[in-house]
This record gives sequence, structure tokens and C-alpha cells, in this order.
Amino acid sequence: MDMYRELILDHYQNRRNWGLVEDPDIDYEEDNPLCGDHLHLTVRLDDARRVVAVGWEGEGCAISQASASMLGEAMVGKTLDELKHFSKDDILEMLGIPISPVRLKCALLSLKILKAGAYGLTGWPGEEDE
Amino acid sequence: MTSVETLLNVEAIRQDFPVLHQEVKPGVPLVYLDNAASSQKPTQVIEAVSEFYRKHYANVHRGIHKLSEESTEAYEGARAKTATFINAASRREIVFTRNATESVNLVAQAWGRANLMPGDVIVLTEMEHHANIVPWQLIAKERGAEVRYVPVTDDGLLDLSGLDTLLSGPVKMVAATHMSNVLGTVNALEGLVQAAHDVGALVFVDGAQSVSHKPVDVQALDADFLAFSGHKMCGPSGIGVLYGKRELLEAMPPFLAGGDMIKRVTLEGAEWNDVPWKFEAGTPAIAQAVGLGAAVDYLTRVGMDRIYAYEQVLLGYALERLEEVPGGAGAWARPVQEGRGGGLHAGGMHPHDIAELLNDRGVAVRAGHHCAMPLHQRFNLVATTRASFYLYNTREEVDRLIEALYYAKSVFAF
Ligand SMILES: Cc1ncc(COP(=O)(O)O)c(C=O)c1O
Repeated sequence: MDMYRELILDHYQNRRNWGLVEDPDIDYEEDNPLCGDHLHLTVRLDDARRVVAVGWEGEGCAISQASASMLGEAMVGKTLDELKHFSKDDILEMLGIPISPVRLKCALLSLKILKAGAYGLTGWPGEEDE
Repeated sequence: MTSVETLLNVEAIRQDFPVLHQEVKPGVPLVYLDNAASSQKPTQVIEAVSEFYRKHYANVHRGIHKLSEESTEAYEGARAKTATFINAASRREIVFTRNATESVNLVAQAWGRANLMPGDVIVLTEMEHHANIVPWQLIAKERGAEVRYVPVTDDGLLDLSGLDTLLSGPVKMVAATHMSNVLGTVNALEGLVQAAHDVGALVFVDGAQSVSHKPVDVQALDADFLAFSGHKMCGPSGIGVLYGKRELLEAMPPFLAGGDMIKRVTLEGAEWNDVPWKFEAGTPAIAQAVGLGAAVDYLTRVGMDRIYAYEQVLLGYALERLEEVPGGAGAWARPVQEGRGGGLHAGGMHPHDIAELLNDRGVAVRAGHHCAMPLHQRFNLVATTRASFYLYNTREEVDRLIEALYYAKSVFAF
């Protein structure tokens, strides 16, 4: 099935940046109550507010875990401002598969947590438009 | 030998359910195994509802004209059929609600506000659906009452060994499910009902899963209240039932207020209508009630005892076939006493992924916590995949489920 193409299963099996970083500048975790998925994201920034380390832990389906793994990789080297600009389309592009409406929540859990962490809010400006 | 086919003529039954005869994509026929969430509707119910709209519809209890009389007769007729279906002593003991959830809220609020005192106790079980937990937690908080829980054993049964302690003190209400929507466990509630009554507590039974799958006799069970939903028993959504013993319903204040639930209103106050109408404020779900009546007729004609026996055979077959799948049934299904749905959980695969891949093969199951988070916590599970059967499912469909599971495992065979 397209949804479980090799790249997704690879990220699911070998989750990149697994494990929390010490002394994080961003530290946020949340559950997706619908499926019970859980994600905890930590990020360390350098003096120029650029991401030097990403670490995360979580539990969930292949889609939510692969999306967190891919997003984590993409975050390294970005500025805090750039983190805030990651979008739903960026995630879908990384996953590269059609996502059904019910699975969108799984795919976007990592983005939600990144945004919440980066903005220091439980949501972010423009969330409703995503 | 009890052949499955002698219990039910499933092929004929399937012909009654138009929705079953479709492909989810070209060449992949639908296998509908999400019956615990909601059931499909037979032509008899679909036709009854559209006939009613075509020929008889008007508001009930109000107009003195032909259609209003016919509509009232059909609506009240559905109440009488429902009363007979669960062997209530009178149709006056059947309150129509929107669903089982509303039935629980009705009693928790109307009975709770009038009867719960600070320090009183409500006893629930760990295997309840959120619908039979949250309304009680809410009223307990409001009234300063305490909520206790009957634990669940590793085998998925109610652990009644500590019942004496649980029922000590001012216990006013015991609310328990008749059949778990996750484990499939059927709770023989007789002992619990007796023990609760012995300490002067009332018993509220969540029949959302049991009434659709087995014969239920409220008088034999001696339940004080029973809640269930039309949509899980071949009827429309939007109609539910609260059964209550008449003297209890009469003693309870109303839940929602408005039209139809009063006898007389003055500027100073109102006098309540008789039961059950006292609890049916506003225009009810008239056509949905008529559809429920048709569903009751349908299930009665097939026979609830036959449906239950057939589902037991089907479940046995499913558990046997699951045994073959690597990991064995132990990894896939929790043991149940005599229920009908197994919760599937396979190490290494998330229930969402299983459900998604089963859907790819046309098999509709449900993944998640099934509105029973405390029960999942009890078994250290985040979520489960649930396949649940009904009278129209077949052995061939069980085979399709097994094949789809093999397929799912092959995708995740790292
Ligand atoms: C055991 C149980 N209780 C209560 C409910 C709630 O039913 P409804 O959503 O129709 O109110 C359900 C339905 O999922 C159930 O399975």
C-alpha cells in the first residue's frame, strides 16, 4: 500500500534523533487523545537561535512516528524563525504519500508539537487555517 | 453438530442489508466488522422510516388531525414494541432519548441532583465506556459524592472479590456495563444487582452492547435502569432508550424542560407530565423511534437467542483462526468469558496501522481506545484494534480478516 512506502517504514523502524537532549531550549510534549499517541520534543539552540540538536521520544503509529523522525531531521540547522514557518504542506511533502483525512492528525502531531514548543503556546497563530 | 447455517439463514439476512453489497475499491468487497461502534440497517428499517415520512408524518401528541394521530400512534407503538423487546412491565417505563449516552446523563443528573448527598458513593467498574463514567464523575463532583470502581481481572472479568468493601458505606448507585465494548465480556450481573440491592443501592445497567446481541429481560435482571442506543441494533441513529422502574421514574424530577413534559404551566411554575413523557421535552425523534420499532420487529423475527448463539459460533471460529496467525490468539485477542468481540493488539504494530492495512483489503475495523481509556490503562495498552461481529457476518468474512492480518504483518515484517 502506498501509505506504507519504504521510506516511511524505514523512519518508523529507525527513528532519527531518538532520545531527549539535555538542557533543551524548547521542551514540549503532548498526546493525541484520539489514538493515544504521545510525542515529546526537545530542541537545543545556539546563540544565534539556530537548532544545534533535536531529540524526541514518543509512541504511535507508523505515520506519526515517521513524520516526527523526518521533521526532526529537517529542523537541524534551522533558525527559530524558520521553525515557526514549517507548514502542513512541508510535512506532507516529506511523507510523500496521500494522507486520508482521518490520518491527518497522526501525520501532523509532530508539527503541532514543534509549533507549540516554538511559540510557547498550546496552539499557534494561524492554526485553524492549517 | 451445530452447524452455523442451522442457527441463522445468514445469506437471506445479508440480502436485507443493502450497504453490505459494495466494494471499497474495484475487486475488493466490503467486510464490515465495526458493529460495536454502529450497526448497518436492513431494508425493513429503511423502508419503515421512509414510508412514515411519505404517508404519516406530523408532530406527536399535539394536533387533532389525521396525520398527528397516525404519527402519535406510530411513535407510541414503537415504545410499546421496545417495552416488549426487553420485557419491561409497562411501556410507561420506556423513555426515548437520543442515545445511551443521553440516558446515562438523564439519570445521573435528574436522579443525582435529587438524591446524592455529600459523602454518598457511586460504584462503577473499570471496564465502562466513557458514557457510563463521565456523567457520574460530573454529578459526583457537583454533589460531593465519591466514585469507586470494581476492578477488572487479567482475564477481562469483573473482580467481585472485594465487593463487600466496595459496597460499604452510603452506596446509592451501582452502574455497570452488561457487555464490554472492548473485551466483549458479558457480565452476569445478577450477583452484583443482588448485592447492590441488599445495601439499598440502585443499579444502572449499560445495555448499549448487550441489547443488540442477546436477549435481555429487565425484570429477570431486576435492573433499576437500563440504557441502550437504536443505532447499534439495526435502528436509526438519534434514538436511544432509558428503561426505568416506574416508581423510580415517577419520583425523579425532570431532566430537560420545555414543551410536552408538562401538564400545566402558570407564570409561577409547572406541573410535570406523567412518565415517560415527563422526560421527553420538546419534539422527539419521531421517525427514528418508528425506525427503532421496525428494528425491534426485525430482530424479534430473527430471534435474539439465535443471533447470540450464532455470534458465539462465529467468535469461536475467529479465535481459532487467530490462533494460526504468528503470535497466536494470545497476541491478538484478549480472552473473554463469552463475549463477541476480541480486542486485537499485536506487538510492534500500532492499531491505527493495522486498521489502515485491513481497510486496504476491504475489512472495516475500529482502532483506538474505543471510549474506554481506563480499561486500556488497566491493561497497559494505548489503543487496540477491534473486530466486532453481528448477525450478518460470515465465516468467509472471518477468513478475509485473517488474510488481511497476514497482509498487514507482511508489510511490517522488518
Ligand atoms: C458499552 C457502551 N456504552 C455506551 C455507549 C454509548 O453509546 P452512544 O454513543 O450510542 O450513546 C457505547 C457505544 O459506543 C458502548 O459501547
